Amino acid sequence: MDINDLRSIITVAGLLCFLAIVGWAYGKNSKKGFEEAANLPFAEHDDQGAMSKPSHPR
Amino acid sequence: MSGTQTTYNDKVVRQFAVMTVIWGIVGMLVGVIIAAQLVWPELNIGFLHFGRLRPLHTNAVIFAFGGCALFATSYWCVQRTGHTRLWGGPLIPFTFWGWQLVILLAAVSLPLGITSGKEYAELEWPVDILITLVWVSYAIVFFGTIGKRTVSHIYVANWFFGSMIIAVALLHLGNSAALPVTFLKSYSAYSGVQDAMIQWWYGHNAVGFFLTAGFLGMMYYFVPKQAGRPVYSYRLSVVHFWALIFTYMWAGPHHLHYTALPDWTQSVGMLFSLILLAPSWGGMINGIMTLSGAWHKLRDDPILKFLITSLSFYGMSTFEGPMMSIKTVNALSHYTDWTVGHVHSGALGWVAMVSIGSMYYLLPRLFGKSEMYSTKLVTTHFWIATIGTVLYIASMWIAGVMQGLMWRAVNADGTLAYSFVESVKGSYPFWAIRWLGGVLFLTGMLIMAYNMFKTMAGGNTKDVPVIAPAGHHA
Repeated sequence: MDINDLRSIITVAGLLCFLAIVGWAYGKNSKKGFEEAANLPFAEHDDQGAMSKPSHPR
Repeated sequence: MSGTQTTYNDKVVRQFAVMTVIWGIVGMLVGVIIAAQLVWPELNIGFLHFGRLRPLHTNAVIFAFGGCALFATSYWCVQRTGHTRLWGGPLIPFTFWGWQLVILLAAVSLPLGITSGKEYAELEWPVDILITLVWVSYAIVFFGTIGKRTVSHIYVANWFFGSMIIAVALLHLGNSAALPVTFLKSYSAYSGVQDAMIQWWYGHNAVGFFLTAGFLGMMYYFVPKQAGRPVYSYRLSVVHFWALIFTYMWAGPHHLHYTALPDWTQSVGMLFSLILLAPSWGGMINGIMTLSGAWHKLRDDPILKFLITSLSFYGMSTFEGPMMSIKTVNALSHYTDWTVGHVHSGALGWVAMVSIGSMYYLLPRLFGKSEMYSTKLVTTHFWIATIGTVLYIASMWIAGVMQGLMWRAVNADGTLAYSFVESVKGSYPFWAIRWLGGVLFLTGMLIMAYNMFKTMAGGNTKDVPVIAPAGHHA
């Protein structure tokens, strides 16, 4: 096998990996976790009243 | 949790935040000086000429101003969103003092002409080793703190900061590989076109990871904080993060169009640069749309003005960049002032404005105040900086396109229509406008420094306790 075959395989694997990430990010299961993560900056002294806001409707 | 309360380590954030403003003034002052040297050549005095001062300007604004801003904001963000104190003991102050030493060594060695000649990587090998030590310590502190976070998620801003730290380590080690011949002179480990390709792999990813990923990390923390609402789409932030990671590494060859670099490599670089528009705009849209439903806040909050304007400039320059990477466009734009204008649309409009906005958010909180000494002066700073940036980039666009057109114009018999010096002569008025734009931007920074010292006066620098994450009430 030529080194260029390996290079092609890595490129295709990279693309598939990225598509898998897109699939995961837009999957149903990740929604709740993302909601929690998006609210992480809002738990500080000066955030009374700003805590755990609903995320934008999308 | 134990009975004794842990506090956030804000001392190092305070140090880096103050030095951000100081180094910003120094770096931009050198920029104003070299802009003046182009308009009034007699200002090139002795060894302090344009050739020696230009790398000092770029290193000071990118690594001293931008670097300190990244350290300050990443240390603040990783503690706040991880609900834990910064980890790393003596490595933490070492990252501050070590980085300041790197800056001082650059300020001495570059005007003396001690340089490895690689753009944005001019520092000689002993300084390169010090940079490596500081940067590895930074990685240990940052990822160590991520490791001891008390929440399960790693907030998206920390993903951006983390990728910046890893990629910059990789780039610095790759591009700075050299054979030292004396204490102050080394030669690159690569030669010829490979050396050029490694250099622009480094150069473009310094833009992609240091000046983009790092400052997007800043954006993903400070825009939601200042707007008081979570980021528009967390999904989009995840997807555009990985898209940036997968694409940026391949865009470097667009700096070497029509050179000895193989044609196919140039085309790959151009293609990946065009693809980069999508993830870049993903970040811009996500940041700006975070304000959707709260646009009124933009009217009287100058910090939000800085942050949202920075995203607009980010969107503009990441449209312009892919366009300029197209080979036929590049044939006109390359080696002209258009490139300089493009860089400053990103550097002043995006990097500096997002940093300034973030510093205005941080400074009062770091000194126990509820807001800056004068919000009016923040607004003044915003308008002066915006006008300065627009003057700068508009004059460079005009000068650049004019230069490109003059250089390629030929007479009917095939001879050049203009001599080079005619294009220099034609550029003078625009160089004067550029200098004025720079002066305005620098003036804004001086106003910021005054406001900062007034805010610091009588400030409370006691560390605040770490907040337990939601659902973990003490």
